[in-house]
Amino acid sequence: MPANQFNGFTDYGIGIGLRIPHYDHILTKKPVVDWFEIISENFMIDAGRPLRVLDQILDQYRVVQHGVSMYFGSAEPLSREHLRRLKTLVKRTKTPWLSDHLCWGSVDGTYTHDLLPMPYTFEAARITARKIREVRDFLEVPVCVENVSSYAEYHVSEMTEWEFLTEVTEAADCGILLDVNNIYVSSFNHRFNPMDYVENVPHHRVAQIHIAGHSRYRKYILDTHDHPVIDPVWKIYETAIRRCGPTATLLEWDDHIPSFEEVHAEALKASRFLRAVAESRAEAPPRRAPASESQLVLP
Amino acid sequence: MNLAQIQRKMARAVFGSLAPGYRMRRLAPGGGSMRRYAATFIKPNDRLTSFERLEIYNRQYWFRVLTCMADDFPGLHAVLGARKFDRLSEAYLADCPSRSFTLRNLGSRLPAWIEKHPGYVRPHARLALDMVRLEWAEIVAFDGPSETPLQPQDLVEGFDARMKFRLQPYITLLELHYPVDDLLLEVNKSSEDGEAASNAVSGGRKRASVRRFRALNPQPIFLAVHRNDDSVYFRRLEPEAFALLAALASGKSIAAAVNAAFRTSAVPVAARAETVREWFELWSALGWFCRPAARAAAV
Repeated sequence: MPANQFNGFTDYGIGIGLRIPHYDHILTKKPVVDWFEIISENFMIDAGRPLRVLDQILDQYRVVQHGVSMYFGSAEPLSREHLRRLKTLVKRTKTPWLSDHLCWGSVDGTYTHDLLPMPYTFEAARITARKIREVRDFLEVPVCVENVSSYAEYHVSEMTEWEFLTEVTEAADCGILLDVNNIYVSSFNHRFNPMDYVENVPHHRVAQIHIAGHSRYRKYILDTHDHPVIDPVWKIYETAIRRCGPTATLLEWDDHIPSFEEVHAEALKASRFLRAVAESRAEAPPRRAPASESQLVLP
Repeated sequence: MNLAQIQRKMARAVFGSLAPGYRMRRLAPGGGSMRRYAATFIKPNDRLTSFERLEIYNRQYWFRVLTCMADDFPGLHAVLGARKFDRLSEAYLADCPSRSFTLRNLGSRLPAWIEKHPGYVRPHARLALDMVRLEWAEIVAFDGPSETPLQPQDLVEGFDARMKFRLQPYITLLELHYPVDDLLLEVNKSSEDGEAASNAVSGGRKRASVRRFRALNPQPIFLAVHRNDDSVYFRRLEPEAFALLAALASGKSIAAAVNAAFRTSAVPVAARAETVREWFELWSALGWFCRPAARAAAV
């Protein structure tokens, strides 16, 4: 399951987000890192230093692209300029898969630069799935959508968030970047059991997992990516990889960024869970097929 | 409400300017109560009202774009001071919200907007306009497109005075009234120094900068903002050199550009040929020239 059609049949381990304060360390010390995730928009430029740094990183590391402004869920059409620039970058990085968020953020060509929550309606799922397919067909690379943290819900919603995620990804036949910190944040903000979320997403579609820290306020939690991962989020992570298998995992740390070593060490905490799951899978007897499948092969 | 209607409704609230104290305004877009407006589409929960949930997104939008403006225009921030800079940024973004998938372009219309709204930068209008033009040129030079530069031998072989060149698209020529290039370097340096200092110390530095900048004497400066080896440089030019480059950039032939450059010059006629040769030698070594577009080709 870790290597699947949604992550280009790769088997990546634990990565971290490539961030400017770490450039010097990475390029001079050349630390051993399984892979880096880049924010696509930071490199969808014509020329200059960012692309030179990226090329140096690409010479030595595996890189996966993660976007923040495709806005699959916006009602308006996709931006052709955005797609054209993204495709140029995809050719440069040779990313085995590409992710962006299950959200919206632009209206009539005006951008909020935020990850705004979707109304969980069948109409929204249909529109979003169509746009994901368009992106995948244009870019010719597997596409995964990430569940976002949210602070508001809509009256018009017709299903839960995980049902919406399932509806969209099944209709688009795309992968999932499962952000377990976002599940935790939203479960607190909307009072649901995070394990219900993890149990009910289509596990075979999970191509990558995000872990991160957040900021807790009195009445809500904000997804700030500026702290270590807390234990309840590790618990969700553990459950997720038990269901999905040892999956490519990435730590996001975007604000008050500590040293490279500190960020990398935080990410590598995931290895304990990944190892345990891999070992338990190796020891477990082969999974029995469900009864209906068994009946097909029985005389 | 369909998807497009919900998104337009939410966007109107998110883009709405904040009230004092960084709170969401009580008045809804188009009049009426914002509480009622929010309640029509956002669900409340047991901790937050619909208004409060929507307010999180309204505040996040403004914090994000105002932070981006301050990051991109530290020189203008230093010239105006924090309060006036924030007031200007809010007014600018209300008129010119982002139309691009990337925040890199957020300030692209700021120089033109300030020219139309000098009230926001009085009594330092000319200084502020010089600074904002320089800062936008710096952004362009940082990651703007480049083309294959003409080599010195390209200029020598088949030289014809009727030839036309274009400047690299990342180069901006600026005729300034104040030495804002020195000021910006000073601002950038003090903000780099400030990263290791406490907030109180860097705040004191900034205030000192504002006072010093406002006491500046005017001085005509002719500047090329360019990029070399992926670093941005401010290169001061003689007035004749500036006029020559500006004429070439506007599509004039070499002969016409040289004539324009020296029309009112005090440079002795006998010295002009050697001066021009030296300029071209330097500029071509810096890779500033590229071939004209096919249809506008030489002669």
